[in-house]
Amino acid sequence: MCNKVDVVHVPDGFLDVPTSVATGALAAGTVALALRKARTELDDLTAPLAGLTAAFVFAGQMINFPVAAGTSGHLIGAVLTAVLVGPWTAVLCMTAVLLVQAVLFADGGLTALGTNVTLMALLAVVVGYGVFRGLAAVLPRTRTGVLTAAGVAAFLSVPAAALTFVGLFALGGAVDLPLGTVASAMTGVHLLIGLGEAAITVTIIGAVLAVRPDLVHGARGLGSAAVLEDRRPATVEVPR
Amino acid sequence: MGAGHGASLTARYLPGGTAVHRLEPHTKLVAVLAFAVVVVLTPVQAPWAPAAYAGYLLAVLTVAAVAGVGPARLLRGLVVEVPFVAFAVLLPFVARGPEVQVLGLSVSQSGLAAGGGLLAKATLSILAATVLAATTEPRALLRGLERLRLPQVLVQILMFMIRYADVVGGELHRMRVARESRGFTGGGLRGLRVLGATAGALFVRSYERGERVHLAMVSRGYTGSLPGSPAAPVAPGSWALALSLPLAAAAVLLTGMLLG
Repeated sequence: MCNKVDVVHVPDGFLDVPTSVATGALAAGTVALALRKARTELDDLTAPLAGLTAAFVFAGQMINFPVAAGTSGHLIGAVLTAVLVGPWTAVLCMTAVLLVQAVLFADGGLTALGTNVTLMALLAVVVGYGVFRGLAAVLPRTRTGVLTAAGVAAFLSVPAAALTFVGLFALGGAVDLPLGTVASAMTGVHLLIGLGEAAITVTIIGAVLAVRPDLVHGARGLGSAAVLEDRRPATVEVPR
Repeated sequence: MGAGHGASLTARYLPGGTAVHRLEPHTKLVAVLAFAVVVVLTPVQAPWAPAAYAGYLLAVLTVAAVAGVGPARLLRGLVVEVPFVAFAVLLPFVARGPEVQVLGLSVSQSGLAAGGGLLAKATLSILAATVLAATTEPRALLRGLERLRLPQVLVQILMFMIRYADVVGGELHRMRVARESRGFTGGGLRGLRVLGATAGALFVRSYERGERVHLAMVSRGYTGSLPGSPAAPVAPGSWALALSLPLAAAAVLLTGMLLG
């Protein structure tokens, strides 16, 4: 559990006030837009379904997945949620999760809430879902195609959020840092985290596609659930 | 458990009847946010910055003492900061500018102030937020957010999330018990597949539960908004009491700016 790779929520004091206010305004605007658009995805089911999905993301972030070489990762879930319930609802779910973490667990600063929402609820979803849609349009409309698109999107969403954070730090960070070094270090670490995120996202979407493909927003019109097959050996030896 | 916090959303709440517990939740939210803003506004490179941090710390510890939030609880709240400490410790070594000698190591002076400043600011804000979470029930916090004009739909989403987080977490726990009683130990790619299927099933169950909850609500007359009771009037003196924390911090900041 101690060799876990983790994505830090930006705490208070990391970015100056103007940058925090700017990202806060951006986050508030996007959430307001998402609140209207999510109704087209979910209708008046918005509140209960987005709430339960947020509870799922919150619980899902607690599962430690084995990734590689003894390390484990845990889910961030932006692309997973966007592919499962649609991008606008995903923005709301991720915002709800970040809000609860900031207010109930002091995880991520209150003044940095706008920044965290911008990075993990807005940017990760927009970049991730954009990549997913783009790839899904070119790839064949099969289970493999959807899973590949989701995997690449999940992979890219993590370093994209990390690099944006470096950019914000360049604009409103508290210290004079050699940005090239920070950017390459952050990108390196987050490429690894992105690999974990991709592996977890693909396995979860694959599992949902197998039982309830109709629940995967990003795979509409893909076909029906996998049929249960009998894989028992033809003759079973009864031990005497 | 994973992300540094336990499964239960109510785990952070310490029941009690202190003056801090009795304050209206929205006044506490505003106070903690204002305190964080004052802390963030402190210039890290100023020579009086460490004295200001000490002043803020005294203020927030006083509130914690009044609220009956013990040191153990405060320290547990700081666990979320751990991954971030590494970054702050690295700052003096990677930042540019004039260098100073500390314990035989040559480190950047501005990096040292900035690393220490970031760490102090994050710690102070987390302490204040920990006191808030320890003295306010999750549902009361939501009512506070609602009173601060958070959009209705977002409040409802948060409400459903908070109500069902323990249910979904309990489901996850039962799945783990079921897995482990069948000899699952995790690790490797097979472990990933099993856990992926677990999380997939958890999503399907959560989503279907959401559909059932929605149907149950529709059959009880739900049309998309929840009837709310009129907001209770704020007791006189509540705002003054709640805002004493950020005001004390602002006084410290002003003193530093004027004298420094």
